[in-house]
Amino acid sequence: MLEIKNLEAAIGDKAILRGIDLVVPKGEVHAIMGPNGSGKSTLSYVLSGRPGYDVTGGTATFDGHDLLSMEPEERAALGVFLAFQYPVELPGVGNANFLRTALNAQKRARGEAEIDAPGFLKLARAEMKRLSMPDDMLKRNVNVGFSGGEKKRNEVLQMAILKPKLAILDETDSGLDIDALKIVADGVNSQRGPDFSAVVITHYQRLLDYIVPDRVHVLSAGRIIRSGGPELALELEANGYAAIVAEAA
Amino acid sequence: MSAALKPTALQSSALAFLSRFEGLRARLPGDVAIRDEAAGILRSTGLPGPREEAWRYTHLRSLAEVEFNEPLTPVADCADLLSRIPDFDAPRLIFVDGRFRDDLSTVPSLAAVRVGGPAFGALAQPASEKLVALNTMLAEDGADISVPAGVDAGTVVLVSLGTDLHGRAVAFHPRHNISLGKGAKLTLVEIAVGDGVYLHNPVLSVAVSPEATMTHLRIQDESRSAFVLSTVYADVGEGGTYDSFLLALGGKLTRAEIHARLGGPNAIAHLNAAQLLADHQHADFTTIVSHDAPNCASRQTVKTVLSGKSRGVFQGKIEVARVAQKTDGYQMNQALLLSPDCEMDSKPQLEIYADDVKCSHGATVGELDAEQLFYLRSRGVPAAEARMMLVRAFLDEALEPITHEATRTAMEHAIALWWERQAA
Amino acid sequence: MAADVETIDTVNALAEGGYKWGFSTDIEMDLAPKGLNEDIIRLISSRKNEPEWLLEWRLKSYAAWLTMEEPDWAMVNHPPIDYQDLHYYAAPKKKPGPKSLDEVDPELLKMYEKLGIPLKERAILAGVELPEGEAPQVAVDAVFDSVSVATTFRSTLAKSGVIFCPISEAVQDHPELVRKYLGSVVPAGDNYFAALNSAVFTDGSFVFIPKGVRCPMELSTYFRINARNTGQFERTLIIVEDGGHVSYLEGCTAPQRDENQLHAAVVELVAMDDATIKYSTVQNWYPGDVNGVGGIYNFVTKRGACRGARSKISWTQVETGSAITWKYPSCILQGDDSVGEFYSVAVTTNHQQADTGTKMIHIGRNTRSTIVAKGISAGKSNNTYRGLVRVLPKAEGARNFTQCDSLLIGNQCGAHTVPYIESRNATAKLEHEATTSKISDDQLFYCRSRGLSQEDAVGMIVNGFCRDVLKELPMEFAVEAQKLLAVSLEGSVG
Ligand SMILES: Nc1ncnc2c1ncn2[C@@H]1O[C@H](COP(=O)(O)OP(=O)(O)OP(=O)(O)O)[C@@H](O)[C@H]1O
Ligand SMILES: [Mg+2]
Repeated sequence: MLEIKNLEAAIGDKAILRGIDLVVPKGEVHAIMGPNGSGKSTLSYVLSGRPGYDVTGGTATFDGHDLLSMEPEERAALGVFLAFQYPVELPGVGNANFLRTALNAQKRARGEAEIDAPGFLKLARAEMKRLSMPDDMLKRNVNVGFSGGEKKRNEVLQMAILKPKLAILDETDSGLDIDALKIVADGVNSQRGPDFSAVVITHYQRLLDYIVPDRVHVLSAGRIIRSGGPELALELEANGYAAIVAEAA
Repeated sequence: MSAALKPTALQSSALAFLSRFEGLRARLPGDVAIRDEAAGILRSTGLPGPREEAWRYTHLRSLAEVEFNEPLTPVADCADLLSRIPDFDAPRLIFVDGRFRDDLSTVPSLAAVRVGGPAFGALAQPASEKLVALNTMLAEDGADISVPAGVDAGTVVLVSLGTDLHGRAVAFHPRHNISLGKGAKLTLVEIAVGDGVYLHNPVLSVAVSPEATMTHLRIQDESRSAFVLSTVYADVGEGGTYDSFLLALGGKLTRAEIHARLGGPNAIAHLNAAQLLADHQHADFTTIVSHDAPNCASRQTVKTVLSGKSRGVFQGKIEVARVAQKTDGYQMNQALLLSPDCEMDSKPQLEIYADDVKCSHGATVGELDAEQLFYLRSRGVPAAEARMMLVRAFLDEALEPITHEATRTAMEHAIALWWERQAA
Repeated sequence: MAADVETIDTVNALAEGGYKWGFSTDIEMDLAPKGLNEDIIRLISSRKNEPEWLLEWRLKSYAAWLTMEEPDWAMVNHPPIDYQDLHYYAAPKKKPGPKSLDEVDPELLKMYEKLGIPLKERAILAGVELPEGEAPQVAVDAVFDSVSVATTFRSTLAKSGVIFCPISEAVQDHPELVRKYLGSVVPAGDNYFAALNSAVFTDGSFVFIPKGVRCPMELSTYFRINARNTGQFERTLIIVEDGGHVSYLEGCTAPQRDENQLHAAVVELVAMDDATIKYSTVQNWYPGDVNGVGGIYNFVTKRGACRGARSKISWTQVETGSAITWKYPSCILQGDDSVGEFYSVAVTTNHQQADTGTKMIHIGRNTRSTIVAKGISAGKSNNTYRGLVRVLPKAEGARNFTQCDSLLIGNQCGAHTVPYIESRNATAKLEHEATTSKISDDQLFYCRSRGLSQEDAVGMIVNGFCRDVLKELPMEFAVEAQKLLAVSLEGSVG
């Protein structure tokens, strides 16, 4: 279970998260929507430990562990996964090598047996097939020269292979074609289960047709100003943010 | 150098300049101590020689073979030369053989101008470059232009005419100093033309205060028999900009050297140039950009077009000091070789001591793209015209940032004339 | 930035970890007295039982050296070297050949073990003949201080006509070849260090690949400086005749000593028509300690002549060692359609200084060259790429592509790029690109968010940065080089 209490974060002098309260129980999928610049990515970065943010107040725990005091790789080993809004390119680093090194580092940290190269390739190939990704993606350098949609799919592939307990998907749907959107949604849905929870950040109701959320939250100016069921997304789609933002102010 | 050895041409040439200095010493205007210091440097180190790394591609041997005289004052009519200066509808300061000509000039109203003696300024020091030492020793005149804080002084045109009226080679060493107060603005258009054999050895210092912007546009269309060895020192304060462009067409042996120092945070320097060379011309464009403060940016696009047996040189160094984090330095040098006998030497250099920087350079040397030429011709464009179109396209990238319309038109005109001469 | 400081701390902490090859070996040595003069040169020559012409060549080189000055144009600084304070000849004392491993000087064996040379090869190197069939895949020549101590696989190689032996033996057995090619690529008076080497070189490898022969295995040499106050001056000569092919590997280590040791080698390569030489180096001489005390001065002249049409010389180097590296493996592209390549990774940490790069001289028509140089600087080091691409008037259609990238770790170090691009042929096309950057915080965080530790993340990114060079190394060497990068980057990144 992810529990965020009154979380405040700043970049330099600029306060961005201004008191976030959010609980995502085990097995649930929550959607976060909100205007550009409201702090959605910031929240996902703070949860996964990106340097450069000052947490100025509040707490965030996952399954009782204090996330905020952990190194990024420790959070990853705990099962926290962030699908980046803008996936990073790693020139010269092969996708397969990267993924296997990451998977084994996590396994090592958890005291599990590592996976050998053939075993990994089998696993990766199977997941790639499910995501309709061509095999040569494994050979290419991480995200280098990938199209926008390919990068997003590569993030989902990583999620499928690393099998996190908490997946934070930051606009993984933007830039995807219609078929890819379904594939990605299937990728998330197939992970759903009592031991998997997800925070899905998106601007579009369409994704939520495929990944039906348990709850929908609206983030505005660093606060969650409204929460509701899946119908809230439909309301936003129809009316925009203005009314809700005005109401909250 | 032992007395028994026969001095080299370079050494004799330095001695000739020194003895001219001895003759003039009592008559030269301004501070004599700084001139003596310069003479001391020249006496002990001589003129720049090919063994010096900074001079490996440009040899002054042919300069040393010429005997230079001091210009006669005043010279007679120079209407013909003047007619080559485009009309800019802006105040202009005219120097003939390095001397200010009151009768031909119009003085700007928004900037303070002082003439009648060298404007040494504080930036260019004889000890830093031998050519600065040579200039310091012999400088007779120059313009001291200062723009008060907050004032936009518009455009000032600085003209140099080199004459051949007496059939004697003359050498002149003007020394200019420009200073811009906080937030001030100035566009300085420098135009140099001339006839015959002479040495033009100007030194120009530019002090750009915080938030000030200096645009420095230069058209060097000097005599094809002339030696032109110029040095510019620019120092840019916080948030200031030094934006320069040099179009070099003339001269027999030329070197334009620019030292730009970004001394305050967020300062910007652009050192762009286009060199068009033909026959036996030798042109050297050398720049040193020193990033001495964080968050500064420097940009350089340098294009050289070579024909005949000409030789082009580009040396560009970006230095990034330890404090200059977040430096953004970029440099692109491209050369187009139009004839089989020309030569291009390029030495782009990075010297970096700060880790959080983005610095890059690129250099290409080659001929016109055969594919593009064919494409144009297959669309009916005659070969000569197609070549010109491609050369113009090549140069456009460097010319593009020039927003001063009149200068840009003048430059395009000069390039068109150059092309006509090549085609003929 | 938090990540940054952490990287730098990691680097600094690990830099103390030190050099893993810093052992020294106690072996009975035959040592010439210190100093350099004609008598010493005569002594070296007579110890090696050299013909008169070679002694004369040495003496001429020495005379030339006396008139020369140490070059000062590189971006390196060091106190003056006292050339009279060195031994110019040091060799393990000769005993009759051992019959089995038990008879071999155990210290020598230990050294090979520490160098990571496999047991079988160790035995062969120590002079124990193994039955045929138990053969490892790489032929090894080991040069210990001034002397080649053993060369493996000579008989196997001889069957295909390949000569692989110490150059001192080649002087005895193939004098006509040595005389014809020695100094033909790097003339004795080429530069200060080459002249010194020509006067006093003691050993090194000699390779000859006859017409049409593909050398059946990789050839490799391990160089080791062991004795105190000795200079190492090896000389390598590789000749590949028409259509021949060889891949040659070179590895170097030295003990940890407080004083600086001089290494001034000369390598000459000659490739005739359609010949290919691939020359790979993993240079791991002792770099000195965190405070810059000790370490090898590595002043090396390496040059290959592509004499024949369609010949190809490819240099690959991974330079992690030495206090000072001064080295420009070059290609003279004389033959039409000949190809020169230079792939380099240079890592400097602590107080190391590297000024390294290449020269590509395009003389023949349609000659092509590729330069890929990756520099990584950390600690208080300085890392300079210096490269010359020169196209001469007859080199119609010549092509060069150069890419140099620098990575800085911490802001106490320097990264410099000094290319010289000279074209005298309009049909030639030259392209040069250079970048300088640091390991981006985004890349680090991305890797860590997937579970990699800080050090692993840095190692992975750095290895990625060097990929284009590492993939040029032969398989076994590539693995070794990656590990070496990780270890030196333990001393610098991760
Ligand atoms: N490094 C930074 N320095 C200063 N401000 C920053 C920085 N990074 C983000 N911000 C600001 O923080 C605010 C929140 O940004 P964030 O990326 O979290 O928004 P978002 O909700 O994800 O927006 P979008 O829907 O466009 O992705 C924005 O105003 C943004 O400009
Ligand atoms: Mg966002």
